[in-house]
Amino acid sequence: MGYQFPGAEWTAQFHEELNKSDAYANAAKHWEGDIFLIIEEGGAIYLDLWHGHCREAIYTTDISSKQPEFKITANLEKWRKVLSGKLDPVQGLMTRQLKLDGNLVKIMKNVKAAQEMVRCATHVDTAF
Amino acid sequence: MWFFNSPEIVYGEDALGYLEELPGQKALIVTDPVLHKLGFTDRIQHHLQKAGIASTVFAEVEPEPSLQTVQQGAEVLRNLQPDWIIGLGGGSALDAAKAMWALYERPDIEAETISPTFRLGLHKTKLIAIPTTSGTGSEATWMVVLTDLAQKRKLGLGNRELMPTIAIVDPILTQNLPAKITADTGIDVLTHAIEGYTNNFRNDFCDGLCLKAVQLVFDYLPRAVANGTDDIEARERMANAATIAGLGFGNSYAGLAHAMGHSFGAYYKMPHGRTVGLFLPYTMEFTARGGLSRYGDIARFIGLTDSRDEALATAGLVEEIRQLERRVEQPTTVGELDIGEEDFMAALATIVPNAEIDNGILAAPRMPETEELQQLFEYAYWGRKVDF
Repeated sequence: MGYQFPGAEWTAQFHEELNKSDAYANAAKHWEGDIFLIIEEGGAIYLDLWHGHCREAIYTTDISSKQPEFKITANLEKWRKVLSGKLDPVQGLMTRQLKLDGNLVKIMKNVKAAQEMVRCATHVDTAF
Repeated sequence: MWFFNSPEIVYGEDALGYLEELPGQKALIVTDPVLHKLGFTDRIQHHLQKAGIASTVFAEVEPEPSLQTVQQGAEVLRNLQPDWIIGLGGGSALDAAKAMWALYERPDIEAETISPTFRLGLHKTKLIAIPTTSGTGSEATWMVVLTDLAQKRKLGLGNRELMPTIAIVDPILTQNLPAKITADTGIDVLTHAIEGYTNNFRNDFCDGLCLKAVQLVFDYLPRAVANGTDDIEARERMANAATIAGLGFGNSYAGLAHAMGHSFGAYYKMPHGRTVGLFLPYTMEFTARGGLSRYGDIARFIGLTDSRDEALATAGLVEEIRQLERRVEQPTTVGELDIGEEDFMAALATIVPNAEIDNGILAAPRMPETEELQQLFEYAYWGRKVDF
């Protein structure tokens, strides 16, 4: 049994994985900005990311509770593909399978960080 | 889900005559001052006149077009409100025309934010791209490369709606291209085709296009460079190769050689094709060492080898590329470019971070760490075989 995605426990595990990853810390050392990963069927994961460190990770069902710089929205099936490494997150954004509210250019300048972030997520034992 | 976008492609001798069949009343020709002075715009205007289309010329596009020029051009479009925008030139003029089109119809956005993530909703006008070099393939891509003068770096932008409506690929326009530019741009085609075939976003729709373009470059680039005006067949096949490679890599992606070439070229103000081609063999060696390449397919397709040994086939292809580059007098090391070692090593403090954030890197099959990228540049300076 894995941690249910999306959910508070999954988010806590993801938070832990992010902060113990040297690869993510290095790749995201220039990143400043918070982000909402929004699941269309309900729920969202808020991440406050700062210079390779995740300062806060919260699961919420109220997407008006935060106003982050970036919002990435997709249905559960698309998130499942991202988290299983079957959909490259940048390719997903470029093809609008993941909908972005925010500046893509800033994300594309930090592609390695995005990829390491996904790698951290794949380390979480996930149940859908 | 992925997409395959293409313009209507009119190609071969007399393709320019298609302009006479266009509907509409007004056109803006976007080009550079040199082509305008050489009479290329007159030739286009002559055909447009036969179609009853009044044309205006915006001949302000500089090599590596800046954000400022594009904004200026968009203002001209707003005043003219043409039925057609006609980009005429190398990649700079064509890319500038695309960006002007976007800013004309979407004055609410900044050029830097043009990306595939949202709909531009373009509907007022259409774009015809007419290449005068056989290189960038910009006539068949929706990508735009602009230069941020203040930050000395290139901006890779794009949106699928910026695919030209029509591409007119007429070899008459490249017939008199000087040998140096023929070589610079031809090596660009090769880089597009190889990276288009091997990057992480490669796909079934693009593979065949990329392989064919590689074959055409090996067969016809030396002839186009050596024979110049006298070899119209070589000119035509290279023009086709550029557009085919544009379709191939434009519908998949580029790779590490583009990231390195963009960053290096922006710093030292060198032609795009020359710089991406210089770094291509090094990035291939690096990628192959990660066990992530498909270079063997290319080597076999062009008849270099029958071997299924990927390392052997890659080494053969890398050597063949270097030989081609030497044959058309392209540099194979940074050291050949009259750049002092001390100056280059100091410049890497800017070049490496800019290469790391260049979007060419995002689909690289083997993504280098910062130290590896630094090393790749250093190896390219001395011409060392990549061994890491």
